[in-house]
Amino acid sequence: MFGNLSLLTLQQYWWFLVSLIGALFVFITFVQGGQTLLYSIAKDEKQRNVLVGSLGRKWELSFTALVLFGGALFAAFPLFYAVSFGGAYYVWMAILFCFIVQAVSYEYRVKPNNFLGKRTYELFLYINGSVGIILIGIALGTLFTGGNFVRNSMNFSAWTLPTYGLEAVMHPFNVAFGLTLFFLARVQAALYFINNIDEALIYANAKKQLFKDAILFIGFFVLLVVMLLVMHGFSYHGGIVVQESHKFLNNFLATPLLAVAFLAGTLLVLYAIFITLFKASRRGIWFSGFGVILVVTSFKLLEH
Amino acid sequence: MDHTLLVELSRAQFALTALYHWLFVPLTLGLSFLLAIMESIYVRTKNPEWKKLTKFWMTLFAINFAIGLATGIILEFEFGTNWSNYSWIVGDLFGAPLAIEGIMAFFLESTFFAVMFFGWEKVSPKVHLLSTWLVAIGSNLSALWILVANGWMQHPVGMEFNLESARFEMKSFADVLFNPNAISKFLHTIGSGYVMGSLFVVGVSSWFLLKNRHRLFAKRSIIVGASFGLLASLFLLATGDESAHRIAQSQPTKLAAMEGLYDGKRRAGIVAIGQLNSLKKIGDTQDEFIWSIEIPYALSFLGFRNIDAFVPGIDDLVLGNEKLSIESAQSKLDKGKIALDALRDYKEAQHIGDIPRKEEALALFRSHEAYFGYGYLDKPEKIIPPIALTFYSFHIMVGLGSWFLALFFFVLYFSMIGKIETKKLLLYAGLFSIPLGYIAGEAGWIVAEVGRQPWAIQGMLPVGMASSHIDAVSVMITLGLFAIIFTALLIAEVKIMLKQITIGPEEA
Ligand code: HDD
Ligand code: HEM
Ligand code: HEM
Repeated sequence: MFGNLSLLTLQQYWWFLVSLIGALFVFITFVQGGQTLLYSIAKDEKQRNVLVGSLGRKWELSFTALVLFGGALFAAFPLFYAVSFGGAYYVWMAILFCFIVQAVSYEYRVKPNNFLGKRTYELFLYINGSVGIILIGIALGTLFTGGNFVRNSMNFSAWTLPTYGLEAVMHPFNVAFGLTLFFLARVQAALYFINNIDEALIYANAKKQLFKDAILFIGFFVLLVVMLLVMHGFSYHGGIVVQESHKFLNNFLATPLLAVAFLAGTLLVLYAIFITLFKASRRGIWFSGFGVILVVTSFKLLEH
Repeated sequence: MDHTLLVELSRAQFALTALYHWLFVPLTLGLSFLLAIMESIYVRTKNPEWKKLTKFWMTLFAINFAIGLATGIILEFEFGTNWSNYSWIVGDLFGAPLAIEGIMAFFLESTFFAVMFFGWEKVSPKVHLLSTWLVAIGSNLSALWILVANGWMQHPVGMEFNLESARFEMKSFADVLFNPNAISKFLHTIGSGYVMGSLFVVGVSSWFLLKNRHRLFAKRSIIVGASFGLLASLFLLATGDESAHRIAQSQPTKLAAMEGLYDGKRRAGIVAIGQLNSLKKIGDTQDEFIWSIEIPYALSFLGFRNIDAFVPGIDDLVLGNEKLSIESAQSKLDKGKIALDALRDYKEAQHIGDIPRKEEALALFRSHEAYFGYGYLDKPEKIIPPIALTFYSFHIMVGLGSWFLALFFFVLYFSMIGKIETKKLLLYAGLFSIPLGYIAGEAGWIVAEVGRQPWAIQGMLPVGMASSHIDAVSVMITLGLFAIIFTALLIAEVKIMLKQITIGPEEA
């Protein structure tokens, strides 16, 4: 079908697509962030229903973006897909469980006779927004920190550690990645509520919440970038994994365009937070959304 | 590590999650079209009753849809988590349809679903109707991609084995897409969704009529359901027949198992109903059935469109049949081993840079390539899938399919002449056919998937080679968790659904 494209260019297109979808997904995780704020921003049942209602029209986007990301990853990088999913088995399975419970919660939460009770579905939403997002960060972190696998000439791969991915949870870079995503999701959720819901109390609470989460997000983000610039990267050459020191820093310097996109995206997110907190703007989500897409896309292209 | 146990558990987990997914998919496929039909009537007649009716069924659709998504995401990721060797070896071919399905679902959900569920007051009736139709068409198209993927496993086409990478690579996307097995599978499967959607509407409406509630509403719905169901049943029959015809061409072991046929024959009949002789062994002279009623010539005709055609049985396929030049399984296993050895030799020659030896190995591999997968099997009998499960599942499906055809016919007939409310027995039959629809669908998948054993990819890759190398305990844990969580969610779904049905269309 792609007769004239060499496999390499094709792979590069796929990688771009996967990066973009991943970025889109990170943007839409404001839904997940919002799920963890139901009890912080809303002070009573009525307000909570307003928040859930507002997220309820967007939740499928984050869910399907994950599905799409999985499919694109499979098509583009069957080796990574096979090795990471089959290897970091527990991490991916835990992520899946966190998303199964999300899919039903919006629809079933307030339906009569719903068997598990409203609180349980709210707990499901919380788990999805917290554990789910942090674990996704950890799983994506392994893209940078590498996985512990071997592969023989007949193509059978095996994870070398008996913990099947649990070890990834212990890696500081991966954890920092997960927490950054988590607080970013909450920052964006506050921006989203401020934009989407016209209610004075929710507005005030969301703003207060934004302040706290923004500080934590910025802290973890800085930590993450520093770790990334000093750490070793891995590259694949003819099926062999080789270590490259300061891979990301070098890639950064070698591709100024990506560096600029990365910085511009970061500034946009900061700008969004700033105008919301100090200029009473309600349009922050647009700037941060665009910024997130820029940052994540360039971040993942760097890996390549 | 016990590899057999790992593979068994991985299969059990895939089967469990797939069968759960299939509890929700058919209703999505079928009900979406019924919604579109009902809403079309509303937009034409402008009668608000039809709008209320559409909205009622849409509520039930949404409840079912949510859990369909929850179960679907698991299947997609399980290819990576549990069948990672499979995923890597065929990723080029298999990943593409999955990715396309993802892209479609994404755009669908971000657009038309939102309009359909939340847009009643926001867009014009025509635009809303268009969205409802597009939801129906889109869900069915997303089924197309997944079934193209499944069809390819049943009958792999359009690819070539690359010795360098030891992977299957795509040669022709068109061949994969227009794979005849995939087409018949797609049509038959969406057909079964339409039948399921119709059974659901007819069954729920029957219950309203039996309870003497929402009578007008129920009578309207039941006519739509039964008409659509009747057409869909005929379609299902035709496509089921085509599926069996395809199987005869590409999966003879599955066909033999479906019919419990050991001793192949010309003018073979179809067993309409019967009990398998569980003591029967390959190659012995015992009867295949304890008792059975046969439709003469039907199998030869079904399989090969010719009543004189020879249908190979299990004995022929395992032991071979020289007269008809059917190769024995042992001979295939031997050739498969030659292909595997040639592959190893090729790799080694490449490693040490021995070009002539490499060329020789390549030629040897290519000449035995078709038997490649058989090299992994250790015994000839392994080519036969579990017979009893395949046989009974197939017969349950076909029997129920015939029953649904009759049901829709009578329900439609009595609805048309305005006597449906008096036919209590028929209404009960309608109500109790809802679970039967699910049974038929699940049975169909068991035929398709169990009948495909021992292959993950027919003739190419046995399931044992497809699985991830993880430990069995991990899979045992996740299998248990899936069983618990899905069952809890299923209970929640059914309870919510029943509650919404008892609340009825007024308040919905
Ligand atoms: C309401 C459900 C339902 C009903 C009544 C029927 N089927 Fe079916 N059947 C399915 C639902 C289904 C399915 C769930 O859609 C399957 C599973 C895999 C597939 O491709 O479709 C299937 C598979 C399936 C297969 C195996 C396909 C394969 O292995 O690739 C055959 C040969 C048939 N069917 C044939 C029939 C015939 C001759 C029927 C007579 C009326 C029939 N089915 C009724
Ligand atoms: C594109 C669609 C599908 C693909 C690619 C697919 C693929 C697979 C795979 C990889 C396995 C495990 C390995 C094996 O046992 O062969 C499997 C097993 C199974 N699948 Fe499917 N499947 C699909 C859809 C379904 C659906 C929708 C159902 C049921 C509703 C289903 C029912 C089963 C069953 C019952 C088994 C167990 C068979 C056995 O191991 O004996 N499959 N399928
Ligand atoms: C192994 C096989 C399968 C996989 C991996 C799979 C995957 C998925 C996924 C990931 C979803 C959620 C999509 C979303 O978020 O929108 C889904 C939903 C759905 N699946 Fe499956 N599925 C499989 C089998 C099937 C089969 C055999 C059919 C139909 C014939 C089917 C029909 C549907 C439908 C209609 C939906 C909901 C509508 C939609 O999102 O488009 N699936 N499936």
